[in-house]
Amino acid sequence: MSRSGPAASAASIDAALTRLARDDGSRVLALLARQYGDLDLADEAVQDALTEAARSWPTGGVPDNPAGWLMSVARNKAIDRLRRAASARRRTLAAAPDLAVFAGPADGSVGGPGDRFESALIDDANHIADERLRLVLLCCHPALNRDTQVVLTLRLVGGLTTPEIAAAFLHPPATVAQRIVRAKRKIRDARIPLNLPAELSERLDAVLGVLYLIFNEGYLSRGAGEESVRTDLADEAIRLSLLIDTLLPGEPEVQGLIALELFHRARSAARIDRSGDLVLLEDQDRSQWDLRLIEQGNMFLHRALIRMQPGPYQVQAAIAAQHANARTADDTDWPTIVALYQQLSAMTGSPVVALNHAVAVGMADGPNAGLALIDGVTGVEDYHLLHAARAELAGRAGDAATAADAYRRAISLTDNPAEQRHLRRRLDALGSSGPRP
Amino acid sequence: MDYMILIHSDETYPVPAPGAPGFDEMMAGWMAYNQRLIDGGHWISAANLQPTGTANTIRKSADGQSAVVDGPYAETKEQLGGFYLISAADLDEALALAADIPVPAGSIEVRPVSFRPDAG
Repeated sequence: MSRSGPAASAASIDAALTRLARDDGSRVLALLARQYGDLDLADEAVQDALTEAARSWPTGGVPDNPAGWLMSVARNKAIDRLRRAASARRRTLAAAPDLAVFAGPADGSVGGPGDRFESALIDDANHIADERLRLVLLCCHPALNRDTQVVLTLRLVGGLTTPEIAAAFLHPPATVAQRIVRAKRKIRDARIPLNLPAELSERLDAVLGVLYLIFNEGYLSRGAGEESVRTDLADEAIRLSLLIDTLLPGEPEVQGLIALELFHRARSAARIDRSGDLVLLEDQDRSQWDLRLIEQGNMFLHRALIRMQPGPYQVQAAIAAQHANARTADDTDWPTIVALYQQLSAMTGSPVVALNHAVAVGMADGPNAGLALIDGVTGVEDYHLLHAARAELAGRAGDAATAADAYRRAISLTDNPAEQRHLRRRLDALGSSGPRP
Repeated sequence: MDYMILIHSDETYPVPAPGAPGFDEMMAGWMAYNQRLIDGGHWISAANLQPTGTANTIRKSADGQSAVVDGPYAETKEQLGGFYLISAADLDEALALAADIPVPAGSIEVRPVSFRPDAG
């Protein structure tokens, strides 16, 4: 294996190490986890190998085939760990044979490494896709709670480090580390399998839910400060969604989610102004929207829709597409958006969707029509955007008193400083322009 | 791997009495389920418990005191009414089997067994 010379810059080695962790790490992890039937062992072995890369590459150079290097080093690390575990077990058995009763071969991990797959499977693309899909499904298994699914997916599939995940969610690193340890313990002790279930659609829903949650965490937290040091979760979510699309080609809801994420991401530069404040969709400078991402979004949405299997992510993407493809706010096709929200509402029954539908009706048919619908939305009385929407529509209808009350209520219900500033500005604008009682 | 399936349900939920209409159909569901566990090699043990009106709880404290209390461990809307102890390849198989238990409504807890002294 020839290596790039030590002249390679520290930055290029850092980039190669990040690529190794994020792209190749989960591939190797998925293969080893299957091979040894032990997720924890596979994860430790990959971490050992990544540590080894971080130690030896800066002086020895980056191998020509980093993925192959990682596979063989990680496999050796796994075998080392198994040998150590086996000899520890032999020592235990010699000292206390009774313990053998409770440490039968059923737990698999010390029964000796299966060498059925010893040949280099790293090159077999289909096989790896299968193994990675199993890993994704395991991370999003219904026996794990949603927060754990998110952390485990970023850690094991996304290849993010525990400190990176902790920083992204503003959690203490120890909390994230403990959540991962607990999850791995449950996977081992309850024997949650690396399986491809016969009925994939329900499990896929959980995967999409996790990815969308990661995306929103990244997208909504923009402008909340310190974003420069936070790993970009929105981009991570897009990367992982694209991965799912390659693992499970032709799933329209996966493509719908990708389109939705791309449309939102295309607008992110225009969404926050220089002082870090939120800019309403209708006030955004559309020349700042990323046309390349919108084009990609259109392509994914088109691919999804021609399959004629509608689902909530596709409909949300279709709504986002209406906004993303309108050259000016006045060009927005509100009647189409109203119809799409009606569809989405029928699919989800969600009060938040009902709220968005009411807002769209307010735009299509006038603020009073929207306000009447908002009054009928129940179950989200403490949701700040319900009150913000009522305030907007009441303001447009000329009812400044109702609007002001609703803005104040909305401000009291959100913790996000950018949103609070935005709402306060809207409240102040009411005082200067609208009539007051 | 062995899994304990604990069936919690509302005791006041109306269930047909022996001989009443619907009783045979209900029992047929349970018998078919049991047979499925036996045929699939999953069966280890099972029991249906009498209502919590018959329950007794012994409260032991670390200082060696113990007292018998009338009633179940906790007064909740759904009460432990029975269990299955099964063998399954993994959690997915155990969950799939547990989901098919013919209890009309309730909560079914699935827990992996750490070890069983009777299993050798």
